[in-house]
Amino acid sequence: MYTEKVIEHFRAPHNMGRLQDYSAIGKVGNIVCGDVMWLYIKVVQDDRGRDVIADISWETFGCTAAIATSSMVSDLAKGKTIEEAISLTNQDVARELGGLPPIKMHCSALAADALNEAIHEYLTQKGKEIPPALQERHERIAKEVAALEKRYQAFLEKETH
Amino acid sequence: MTDFVYLDNSATTPVAEEVRQAMAPYHSVDFGNASSLHSFGRRAHRAIEESRAEIAELLAVRPDEILFTSGATEADNLAILGTAFATEDHRHIVTSKTEHHAVLHSVAWLETRGFEVTRLDPDGTGRIDPQQVRDAIRSDTLLVSIMAGNNEIGTLQPIETIGAICRERGVLFHTDAVQAYGKIDLPIENVDLLSISAHKLHGPKGVGCLFVRNGVRLVPLFHGGGHEKGRRSGTENVPGIVGLAAASRIAFRDRAEVTRRMAAYRERLIDGVGRLRGTRLNGHRTMCLPHIVNFSFQGIEGESLVMKLDEHGIAVSTGSACSSPNLEPSHVLVAIGVPLSMAHGSLRVSAGRQTTGKEIDRFLEVLPHVVEELRRMSPFKVGG
Repeated sequence: MYTEKVIEHFRAPHNMGRLQDYSAIGKVGNIVCGDVMWLYIKVVQDDRGRDVIADISWETFGCTAAIATSSMVSDLAKGKTIEEAISLTNQDVARELGGLPPIKMHCSALAADALNEAIHEYLTQKGKEIPPALQERHERIAKEVAALEKRYQAFLEKETH
Repeated sequence: MTDFVYLDNSATTPVAEEVRQAMAPYHSVDFGNASSLHSFGRRAHRAIEESRAEIAELLAVRPDEILFTSGATEADNLAILGTAFATEDHRHIVTSKTEHHAVLHSVAWLETRGFEVTRLDPDGTGRIDPQQVRDAIRSDTLLVSIMAGNNEIGTLQPIETIGAICRERGVLFHTDAVQAYGKIDLPIENVDLLSISAHKLHGPKGVGCLFVRNGVRLVPLFHGGGHEKGRRSGTENVPGIVGLAAASRIAFRDRAEVTRRMAAYRERLIDGVGRLRGTRLNGHRTMCLPHIVNFSFQGIEGESLVMKLDEHGIAVSTGSACSSPNLEPSHVLVAIGVPLSMAHGSLRVSAGRQTTGKEIDRFLEVLPHVVEELRRMSPFKVGG
């Protein structure tokens, strides 16, 4: 069901844990639905003044695919400029893992969303211009979270008591 | 890596050597079609009838009340659909929310055909109160279907009392006894239909049977050559049927010893897992099958827990949403009120007759490391 690459990342995930001095964090998913991913990025300026993701890490509650995609998205984004990282998609994450079972594709979407949210938070913090594509995805993610929370409202209420 | 540890016996079990040997001649020596007139056919026919008599004796019922099927899914379907279509004025069925999908999906399909279904809510341990059954029965109730022991959490149902209520009210009572058969004493005096599977009991896959009490009207699902007195057409699976009888025989013969060992393993598992932070036992502490135990682990997800244990050669299963084809957590855990976050982190450990204390030790030795490893990855930290 899972590719060797997925299993490899699951067994020995890269960049796992919480960064000490992160610049921004992207939080996606919901424990009630079964997957939660927190992605930390540390952004520094390179010698040409561009924002670069110098370090990245994650903490994930989720299945094998969620852990492997967390590991892979961190590999793919590490060292990239913010501009480059914005263009990373869930398809890239899934492809680099040699594919995911169809029912697990949402895990790669979660990973790409977490990166999107971390970058969005970073740009917002710095008062920098937010590219329309990034903003659009940010709004889509917020809408999805609201829809999920509505769907699982009864369960969420029970769990916060 | 050390030897494999197989603790997923509620999913399926290895075929016992005695069972394999009992079946062997019926593949290519006594391979006849039981309907044939010649000696090949007669030997196959005799094997089936001896198997039927043997199972009937173990259940203390009559041989002609045993009907062979392709497994428990067919037995459940036949019990439910077969009785539903055998009556015209009764349109209501009572069942519980923790039944196997073979029951739940059968009654749901009947709903699309105009039947009405009441699904009883279990308590927090998975038990149904017989009073709930009494209250749910209507004048047009045709069938009550409540399992004997749950396949995910092991909780036993009071089938003796439920059966008595059904008998008193003139309603048929079906019980899915897949996990309970051969493991516990089954009081079936008031049971009208009972489903059994061979492969959960060290028999082969693809064979089971339905006990149908004499006098119960049943419409067949399969039409054809009129096998099994017209109630289930299709050439009999002779080696499978012989295997089911052999598996039943050794299960009943060794039951006291095997279930004593299983119950001791269960206690050790509950004790060992209970020592870890952020865990809970799902199901009933004592009213339970000896071989199944279900836990939840806070802050981690069950599918990754199963995969991590698999790295260490340990096979178990989970009721997590991520492991299910529809991404919904186990309906059993949801029905007994396990919080969703804990349902995602569930683990079922189930023993078989071959399970050793060493396997339990190995599981309990590896588990804390794996749980800690996954908790380190998780954003949710588990408090002390």
